[in-house]
Amino acid sequence: MKLTDISNDINDWFSGSGPLADIVVSSRIRLARNLAGHKFLHSCSIEEKSKILEQLKAVLMSLDLGDEVFYFSVDQAPALSRSFLVERHLISRHHAMAKGPRGVVIARREFFTAMINEEDHLRLQVLMPGCQLSACVEQIDRIDNDVEKHVDYAFNPRFGYLTACPTNLGTGIRVSVMLHMPALKMTGQIEKFLAAAKDMNLAVRGLFGEGSEATSDLYQISNQVTLGVSERSIVSNFESSIIPEMVEYEKIARRQLLAKQVDILDDKIARATALLQNANLISSQEALSLLSHLRLGLNMREHMQASTPAIDRLCALKNQNAGADPDRGLSIRTINRLFMLTLPAHLQLNYGKSLDAAHRDALRAKIIRQALHQPT
Amino acid sequence: MQCQVCNKRTATIHLTEITDGVRHEMHICEQCAAEQGIAAQSQMSINDLLSNLLASQPSDDELLGGGDEVSACPNCGFTLDRLQKEGTLGCPHDYEVFQHSLLPLIQHAHNGSTTHCGKVPSKVPHDTKKLVELSSLRQELERAIREEDYERAAELRDRMKQQE
Ligand SMILES: [Zn+2]
Ligand SMILES: [Zn+2]
Repeated sequence: MKLTDISNDINDWFSGSGPLADIVVSSRIRLARNLAGHKFLHSCSIEEKSKILEQLKAVLMSLDLGDEVFYFSVDQAPALSRSFLVERHLISRHHAMAKGPRGVVIARREFFTAMINEEDHLRLQVLMPGCQLSACVEQIDRIDNDVEKHVDYAFNPRFGYLTACPTNLGTGIRVSVMLHMPALKMTGQIEKFLAAAKDMNLAVRGLFGEGSEATSDLYQISNQVTLGVSERSIVSNFESSIIPEMVEYEKIARRQLLAKQVDILDDKIARATALLQNANLISSQEALSLLSHLRLGLNMREHMQASTPAIDRLCALKNQNAGADPDRGLSIRTINRLFMLTLPAHLQLNYGKSLDAAHRDALRAKIIRQALHQPT
Repeated sequence: MQCQVCNKRTATIHLTEITDGVRHEMHICEQCAAEQGIAAQSQMSINDLLSNLLASQPSDDELLGGGDEVSACPNCGFTLDRLQKEGTLGCPHDYEVFQHSLLPLIQHAHNGSTTHCGKVPSKVPHDTKKLVELSSLRQELERAIREEDYERAAELRDRMKQQE
């Protein structure tokens, strides 16, 4: 499989489907594992890294994941391909930038990836659209058991799974959900959400790196404590208390916008639509911000029957990417598709060659204009 | 510090990697990082945490007196001062070798916990497995009581009785 086989469409976890998808965009669970009898990665020689890589690669490629699985050598990949994998959340930025023998095993539908020789020898990851943490943990637990049949994990009865950094010790689990919180920002209440996250001992970061949350309104919240709390407890805490609380903050803000600040809401969506339909040059950051407002408008129509002049116009747009069903309106899937496909590495990979920032801005604007064009 | 990619803006993202004992550093600005799809992860805060904790810990002499018996891991040669620089330990044995020194750091990073609770690899010997499972149940029970979830507490207590 080539990267260009997947680069023309969004992946499943970003498709805008699944439970609570109007606010919870995706769910992710990661497990950190190391092999007994080897040093942690930082202290390994190139030879030892290669040995670990070959062993884990063979094990992972032999697993039955119910999907086509392919291996990608990260250290031998050109920078553009590595950036592409980061944009799709198939590898971490650390993995893209590190040195030495390393790779990633990816399921074709992108619900599963395994980074080999990242900070730990193995980082398993399962991603699903919407709020689906229970399904994620079930799946990753099964995969972890299958891997363990072939290798010996570094484990200690007192400290659990031993990780290179003590902050991941114990279960080695990182549970994350990606939340779309545009109304909190419009109503000036994002600090409330950030403070609540901090109180709950959660880490908050942007979907596409630090600072990106301010433009895309997409926030990833994750547990930080991995020792002394079971996998099941962490997941059930997210499902029964953290997610409902965070979702409620945004819902209240959305209701508030409709009830008291409908002018602001209408103006933001009207401006976003007009700019995206007409701009000739558009930066990645600006596109993230404007597309976020379109996503809000569509979701508020679907889930709250919201109607303002701008939302009505937005919902009347024909979906240019619907293919067989061109009469269907603009969907969240189309918005997310524009979101991902206009990221720098996606743009260049799909264009077939590298482009400087000015050319990328022009190409990005053109793709978005065409998708949002009102046929006459 | 200047960004190594554009050589214009200030580098705010710093990545470090040690390969064969050689330290590689990369310093880039946020804009170039975003363009290249490089993370500005929470790495900084972890490093800050580590350096704060190590700074507040007793000196090597004190450590040798009252805590860990050796200054370097016999398996990999790791010394604790490298943890702050590199952000990771040298090998799995380091958790035993440096247990006394690491405990306060582990406790701080994990909201007071110092004992594993949760999954156990199936290959672990049966007795060890039972021990971890019992300790996990005890911790879960304490949590349930703290959170006043008495229904769950009762259920956990029954499961502990079965285990014993
Ligand atoms: Zn730069
Ligand atoms: Zn060691």
